[in-house]
Amino acid sequence: MASPAQIRLRMRGIEKSFGPVHALAGVDLDVAAGGVHALIGENGAGKSTLMKVLSGAHQPDAGAMTLDDAPYRPSGPLDARRRGVAMIYQELALAPHLTVEQNIVLGREPATGGVVDRHAMRRAVNEALARLGDPELHPSDRVADLPPGLRQLVEVARALFGDARVVVMDEPTSSLSRAETERLFEVIDRLRARGVSVIYISHVIEDVRRVAQRYTVLRDGRSVADGDVPAAGAPEADSFGATVIEAMAGRRLDAVYPRVPHEPGEVVLEIDALSGARLPRAASLALRRGEILGIAGLVGAGRTELLRAIFGLDPVREGRVRVAGVSDAGAPPRDRWRQGMGLLSEDRAREGLALGLSIADNLTLSRPAARLGIVSRSDRDRATRALADRLSLRFRDCAQPVGQLSGGNQQKIALARLLHHNVDVLLFDEPTRGIDVGAKADIYQLMGELAARGKAILFVSSYLPELLGVCDRIAVMSRGHLGPARPTTDWSESSLIEAATSVAHG
Amino acid sequence: MRIASLLGPLIGLVLVSAFFAVLEPDTFLSTYNLQTIAAQTVIVGLGAIGMTFVIVSAGIDLSPGSVIALASVVTALALRDGWSPSMSALAGVASGAAFGLVNGALITGLRVVPFIVTLGTMGIARGMATWLAGEQKIDAPPHWLASVMEKTPSHAWLLVAPGTWIMFGLAVVAGFVLTRTVFGVQTYAIGSNESTARLCGVRVPRVKIIIYTLAGLFAGLAGVMQYARLTVGDPTTALGKELDIIAAVVIGGASLEGGVGGIGGSIIGAFLMSVLADGCTLTGVPNYVQEIVIGTIIVVAVAVDRVRSRRRA
Repeated sequence: MASPAQIRLRMRGIEKSFGPVHALAGVDLDVAAGGVHALIGENGAGKSTLMKVLSGAHQPDAGAMTLDDAPYRPSGPLDARRRGVAMIYQELALAPHLTVEQNIVLGREPATGGVVDRHAMRRAVNEALARLGDPELHPSDRVADLPPGLRQLVEVARALFGDARVVVMDEPTSSLSRAETERLFEVIDRLRARGVSVIYISHVIEDVRRVAQRYTVLRDGRSVADGDVPAAGAPEADSFGATVIEAMAGRRLDAVYPRVPHEPGEVVLEIDALSGARLPRAASLALRRGEILGIAGLVGAGRTELLRAIFGLDPVREGRVRVAGVSDAGAPPRDRWRQGMGLLSEDRAREGLALGLSIADNLTLSRPAARLGIVSRSDRDRATRALADRLSLRFRDCAQPVGQLSGGNQQKIALARLLHHNVDVLLFDEPTRGIDVGAKADIYQLMGELAARGKAILFVSSYLPELLGVCDRIAVMSRGHLGPARPTTDWSESSLIEAATSVAHG
Repeated sequence: MRIASLLGPLIGLVLVSAFFAVLEPDTFLSTYNLQTIAAQTVIVGLGAIGMTFVIVSAGIDLSPGSVIALASVVTALALRDGWSPSMSALAGVASGAAFGLVNGALITGLRVVPFIVTLGTMGIARGMATWLAGEQKIDAPPHWLASVMEKTPSHAWLLVAPGTWIMFGLAVVAGFVLTRTVFGVQTYAIGSNESTARLCGVRVPRVKIIIYTLAGLFAGLAGVMQYARLTVGDPTTALGKELDIIAAVVIGGASLEGGVGGIGGSIIGAFLMSVLADGCTLTGVPNYVQEIVIGTIIVVAVAVDRVRSRRRA
């Protein structure tokens, strides 16, 4: 353990409540000077709340923080930045129409009497860029023209421009190619060498192992595990992934991913060289009854576009889809539902659910409980109640707007729509994003039961442990190309990452 | 829950009525005046029924004022040419429905926002009405059509103009369609989240075309009523009426963001508009004050709804 003098940031017993919800119930975090500290946890574990406390966006209810042994209690984000704590958000907070340089200095333009001092600005920006190790960033490039990886570096440069002592990175690699990720890691190494501390939020175990020296796992607003990240080849390195996952979930691995035995049957969905307007590119696959087929890949690899093209939400440029004995080159969603196919959208709020519409209407929208165009409310509510029971879902009233439910329960309603329609082929796009561990386990359990009943599931996810834990076979998508589906036992987290990033490299 | 959502507009209507009843107890509460209000609500009320479908689907229709004028001209021309009153009325309604169909087809076919499409057809319908009428009012024998909008009905047991009863009857039917049919649920779904509707296999363009055709149909019927009231086809009539109609729907609790609203509320909103107009005339308040008051009420109604929906969430 590092001696106190080397601790850059110390957080002790941090608590924060929002009404009855204890978002943080006592978090301890020590970040060494010039160290990379991984902060790991499920969605809703309290990571973002903790970082908002750190950045001054939230005031903690209890607990204390010190920065280089001085009491630290920022009054707001601006104060935190002045003290040297910089945040790099997941949703890039850049102005796309401005140049790299303008973005870096945004809000802190060196000026005399309101007139921007261009020379001082250029000098400071070049200095910040140099500290990144001179990447191929030009101060006059428009941010909109940069690939995502370089945009990320603009954010890092912006943090360095303010002489940051602590830089927080929130899921920084989720949309980066392998080369971009590697470049970011090199930048992080360089920051570390200069004595900057980095808090690295991620749940990609491989990334954590590559870049971090220490880790802390958050669950339900508490720090539940911490320690040194084992070096490659160390005896505990192999079990590190399992240790972290179990700490995140608070239960044994086999309880997180319940296995319901199921046997693959005949092929129900065949995709032949399917190409969309941009993505995917000539993707082919065959999905069997009673099978869960996972699709891994980076954000932007074209996995969502593949599902949307299959389902007729996006136009198909070339190729064929064969389902329920019918082969076509793209049919609208209405036909897909009729052929016994359903899609669970990755974006609940914007597409998956009409949040203002009632629970019952959302659930039955694809197949209203109606005769001669007139809705039978009793039938509709009965169907809703029955499915709610099956998914152990409780709510006051079927007529309640679905937006009033929690994220996990909303997702269950979106999923229940597919069960109500009794489809044979289920297309799941990130079904567990943004929901709590309990709801996740319920969904995994349900997927297993569906497969056991002969349903076929195409399962897109960015969270590798769940793919490895749930799927029978996994295929990897990279830059619109879909690789061959291989049995899950042939894959590991690192080989999936390898496959997801290898083509993207070229 | 649905009854509760009518409470706000209803309280507003009662308050405004009470205000005028206290101010002008003898005239405002007279049978004749109440009959006048009932008859005057018909035009905006019918338009508001159709507009409710449009606004619930997160759309807007700026053409009904012009379509009312067009339908009144078409009805008058048909009568002048010797058509029977019912066939003439039908022609008026059909001209409105045709315009609604064009609105729907343009919105879905060209993917132009409803505001712009109906801004265009607003001008087109007004121009066509003027052209058909030869830039003048069309005098035609109304036959029994005029009795539909008699403030004091010739059958005294009706109490109010037959047109008012027609409006109520259609409101009940439209209310049923909007809340109890698949089409109605799909209308709410499109307004609440069009992507979700599409994902769930709703034929969004088709539903939208029906919605705008319905709105046109109701505007056409309102035009026939306008003819029955004036007994002339007037291409300059109902200027700016679309704003009264939209105001009635919004006062009735609908959200311009879509997904929220109901026929009952819109009818109450229409009554509120005509009570205001009537009361201001009775008390001798100049027109401009009336405009300021109505404008204020719209803003207040929407602001109140904002606060309520925020508390609900």
